Amino acid sequence: MSILEVSNLSLSFGGVKALQDVSFRVPENTVTTIIGPNGAGKTSLFNCISGFYKPQQGTIRYEGRELSSGIKPPKRAALGLARTFQNIALFRGMTVLDNIKLGAHVHMKSGLLGSMFYFGAVRREEMEVRREVEHRIIDFLEIDHIRRQSVASLSYGLQKRVELARALAMRPKVLMLDEPVAGMNREEKEDMARFILDIREEWGVTVLMVEHDMGMVMDISDHIAVLNFGQVITEGEPADVQNNPEVIKAYLGNSDIDSLRKKLNPEGEAA
Amino acid sequence: MRIGDAKQTYEADEAIWTSSTQKFWFGLLMLILLLFPFMVDSYLLYLGCLVGIAVISATGLNILTGFTGLISLGQAGFMGVGAYTVAWLSLNTGLPFPVTLLLAGLAAAAVGILVGLPSLRVKGLYLAIATLAASVFLHFIFAEWESVTGGMGGLSLEPAHLFGLTFQSDFRMYFIIVPLAVLMVFAARNVLRTRVGRAFIAIRDRDISAEILGINLLRYKLMSFALSSFYAGVAGGLFAYFYRVVTPESFPLSMSIFYLAAVIVGGMGNLLGGILGAAFMTLVPEALKLLTAALTPFYPNAPVFMSPMLEIIFGALIVGFLIFEPHGLAEIWHRIRRFFRLWPFRN
Repeated sequence: MSILEVSNLSLSFGGVKALQDVSFRVPENTVTTIIGPNGAGKTSLFNCISGFYKPQQGTIRYEGRELSSGIKPPKRAALGLARTFQNIALFRGMTVLDNIKLGAHVHMKSGLLGSMFYFGAVRREEMEVRREVEHRIIDFLEIDHIRRQSVASLSYGLQKRVELARALAMRPKVLMLDEPVAGMNREEKEDMARFILDIREEWGVTVLMVEHDMGMVMDISDHIAVLNFGQVITEGEPADVQNNPEVIKAYLGNSDIDSLRKKLNPEGEAA
Repeated sequence: MRIGDAKQTYEADEAIWTSSTQKFWFGLLMLILLLFPFMVDSYLLYLGCLVGIAVISATGLNILTGFTGLISLGQAGFMGVGAYTVAWLSLNTGLPFPVTLLLAGLAAAAVGILVGLPSLRVKGLYLAIATLAASVFLHFIFAEWESVTGGMGGLSLEPAHLFGLTFQSDFRMYFIIVPLAVLMVFAARNVLRTRVGRAFIAIRDRDISAEILGINLLRYKLMSFALSSFYAGVAGGLFAYFYRVVTPESFPLSMSIFYLAAVIVGGMGNLLGGILGAAFMTLVPEALKLLTAALTPFYPNAPVFMSPMLEIIFGALIVGFLIFEPHGLAEIWHRIRRFFRLWPFRN
């Protein structure tokens, strides 16, 4: 069953066609990856799904209901669509802990008046969130040593991890990750890959990601959709996608398929 | 002396004071504030009341500008709304002061929400101009709506009263103003460490992420405007009871700039900054006047030279602080605290 289904989506900015008739599906409880060369429209697609862009045509169905353009980003967040950004979008003036707590915003109720007194229900709710964040997220992502630090002082890899933590605090059903391992070293990448797999298995969350690191994509994805010039070339399991001549051409624009197939398949290269 | 701290519960870790040292110093400060009016002359008492009023209003503006990132030049206008509400209510209804002050805050909050409406579309300097327009408009209403505001002549009002007690002296007003200032700073602290306050800071730091986390930008921006102008309204109401006369000229545009400067000099996005900034902006001009008086016996011409210089020296001090202490006066305090945190074991 598909938790998210994109059908015939088209988006253009003036004369630039960012997405043309894009259709693909995200099966429930999988790691689904969208790959494609730079400028293929991957981030535009993410922005359509999270509600920042309004596609001119097509539909996005989430859990069987259509996400019309009237459903704004905050509402989509409340429905269980969480995401991280390609360029880290944390709140730099706050501590790690406060950033993560903000993820739980939609699940909290405290209003302005109650907050002023910090009493009874407001206090209990704050403590519940703190406990949940500590037990489920900070322990899980191994960031307990930095919880009091300001986000601006952290390394790039840790900032990415905090952004993931914030998205998890939203208790998502679908977690959208825009280039989760870009700019990371090998060790950080391995950690992130492990977290993504654990999120799917232990939390039962469907992961939809955009990523360029082919090694990781092929290793952890269950389902892959390939985008080029705003169009879906193919979708399927990693092995099928890897050997698809169209994909190889899109990436490398060359007809010498055998040598390029090796580049797309790092394991084959190692063997 | 303290050698470290270990917490057993999340409650203890989330508390405002995380150590008994902090509680001790705060208790001492409260004691000093309580004894202050019994120890000082009428001039210092008068200044104490002014600082209290300024702290309330500056804290309000700090919530809006420092924590939510929305620049406003409307603070004096909102204070005016509060002051006129109190003046009108006390002339026409005879309600006791806690009620009139609450209504003053609510009236200012309602106006603040209206003024804040453009904030979804315009940011930064453009929002400053929009709030500037609102404050000019409010000034116009104060001056022209004679049946309610008394026009240019303004309104005079009776002293604040409660249960037959009247508060006509500075000494008595002090015991309204200062406890209220303490309470309101605490309320602000509570808001800022819970869900609503985090949403404010999120909007300031990166509004696109705030939206993706399910924070409704318009709702929270307006909430920040409402809260900020509530504080301004209460401060304005106290101002009315303190001077017992309210005219359109009581709340000039320069007063909005005064509060913006207080928040910037004190430290934006830092509650202590708003408090220190308000005290600095209120007290430094007075201190300069005292300095002039102290110099007069030695240099008989001091007043002649100094009086035109006062504003320039004041301005230079502000510029100096901005250059040498860009994070505001609060940063100086934090440095001192860091130094003594584990003193004498490490410093």
